[in-house]
Amino acid sequence: MSVRTSSPASRRAQADGLQAGDDVSSPALRRATAPASSAPRRSRPDRRKAVEIAVLVGPALVIFLGFVIFPVVMAGYYGFFRWKGYGPPTDFIGLQNYVTIFQDPTFQEALWHNVVIVVMSLLLQGPIALLLALLLNRPMRGQSLIRVLIFVPYVIAEVVVGTGWSLMLQTDGALNGLLEKVGLGAFAQDWLSNPDLAIWTLLGIITWKYIGFAVILFLAGLQGIPQELTEAAQIDGASYWQIQRRITLPLLGPTLRIWAFLSIIGSLQLFDLVYIIWGQYIASTAGTSTMATYMVANGRNAGNYGYGNAVAVVLFLISLVVALVYQRFVLRRDTAGALTERSEG
Amino acid sequence: MTASTIAIPRARRPRNGRLPWGSPAIYFGALVVVALMLAPILYIIIGGFRTNAQITADPSGMPSPWVTKNYAGVLSSTTFWGEVANSTVAAVVTTVGVVALGLMASYVLARYQFKARGLLYAVFAAGLMFPMTVAITPLYIVVRNLGLMNSLAGIILPQIAFALPTTIIILVPFLRAIPDEIEEAASIDGASRLGFFWRMVVPLALPGVITVGILAFIASWNSYILPLFILNDEASFTLPLGVQAFASQYSVDTAKVLAFTSLSMIPALIFFSIFERRIVGGLTGAVKG
Repeated sequence: MSVRTSSPASRRAQADGLQAGDDVSSPALRRATAPASSAPRRSRPDRRKAVEIAVLVGPALVIFLGFVIFPVVMAGYYGFFRWKGYGPPTDFIGLQNYVTIFQDPTFQEALWHNVVIVVMSLLLQGPIALLLALLLNRPMRGQSLIRVLIFVPYVIAEVVVGTGWSLMLQTDGALNGLLEKVGLGAFAQDWLSNPDLAIWTLLGIITWKYIGFAVILFLAGLQGIPQELTEAAQIDGASYWQIQRRITLPLLGPTLRIWAFLSIIGSLQLFDLVYIIWGQYIASTAGTSTMATYMVANGRNAGNYGYGNAVAVVLFLISLVVALVYQRFVLRRDTAGALTERSEG
Repeated sequence: MTASTIAIPRARRPRNGRLPWGSPAIYFGALVVVALMLAPILYIIIGGFRTNAQITADPSGMPSPWVTKNYAGVLSSTTFWGEVANSTVAAVVTTVGVVALGLMASYVLARYQFKARGLLYAVFAAGLMFPMTVAITPLYIVVRNLGLMNSLAGIILPQIAFALPTTIIILVPFLRAIPDEIEEAASIDGASRLGFFWRMVVPLALPGVITVGILAFIASWNSYILPLFILNDEASFTLPLGVQAFASQYSVDTAKVLAFTSLSMIPALIFFSIFERRIVGGLTGAVKG
């Protein structure tokens, strides 16, 4: 028994290029010549197993509950108070914070900006990323290098991206300079502070930063489509675009739906880029504020921690509702399989 | 849901021989896209080699002559190196913590049979619903009550906590894919379950471990909102806060800001170019899983 099972084990370990083969297979083979001694079976298996589980999961669970779940629960509690953040909250005001949030036109604007960002991110990034993925999926030399280069903006810190773009987009910055140089000076704009334009500038930067992620996902999805299908369609006389439209796109559905989900949630939570480029005060006058920048500006920066926590709860509930609705109506088919597979294990 | 979901997307190659050259139109399209993606980054790096007078005279021009005093100035400042050290410590400790705790928890979730297992997995997976932005205000209060303000521990612990859901979701399928026969064999050879964990599971899960480690490292290196809340003292700043502070402090010295900014992204770029396949493959696996 042990000879048979240990040698595939070592082979697999070696095939994976790991050192484990040395540690495990040779003692295993040595012992296999001796009569199989009954390994010390657990005398009190349940108790021992429970201890092992506690030791292994405990640290992760404590940190996770303490720094993720507990703060979120506390936000729900603090949100009912007028509280400056010092000492225990005592000034209970019920739902007053929530009433204020929804009556504040600044919040309504921020919410609207989030809606625009969610919708436009999908409409801008989806088609462009799909075209790029189709382009890069054709076998050609240098494609792995091109993929990496497209992915670079995704890896760079938001602070770097924000600082670089805000310098480039100033009225006397590099973009306007470039436009003048090529004779398009008439198109030079106040990209960052013109309230009609600023949100489009933001969308452009978002597209630039995050499209690499979409392309990589779509490429992975395209790799999963069996080549036989497209070959069969080719033999039947289908054109390239017919194949993409009738075969590739439907089969890419699960990937597209997952990407859209991640994009929506990310757009609802958008904070870093806006806060870095527009700062806490200009964001609302330039028309780029988001719920998250509103939360930071009116919570922590204003010293109103009760209010800030209430905004956090609103932001969370909106994200949660969107996520649940999306999963219920869009992702349902895709996740059903994954979940059953997972529980069967 | 096997380890193969982590496979790196690659083009199908002809059985023997190299990839064909694509058509010129496709290369042209790809070239335009790559240029658009890299131009802003090159603007930052090259701008650091210019003087402010050059930048004012021609904001989109090339350096003439190339000057190195901006980069030299940043590289000789203790502030910059202090921030590099803070970012490095935070990223390394976060990565080690996430990998260690995530691997231990995933091992239990993947290979132990017990009643609360499904619930435990659901609790961790629910963490995906709580991005750090949502939790930042109360998180700040928790960290402050623990007395961890202005200390790297104050950002490391929350970063570990928020990285655990992704880590566990990536690692559990990996660990589950290890055949039971290996465990039986190890057990017959006298290895305890914990011995099996150290001797077999850790090496076999190495590809997944590297993936989650890289994701945690880059997330920590780039992290902005958490340090913004927790670190108020300049001595404790990480690089993202440092870049921002530098940009507002020297707002008239554009060239120096560009030099500082481009130096701060170098470590992430190096890290990315070394592990590019793993990152790209890991993201694919994470989403598919």
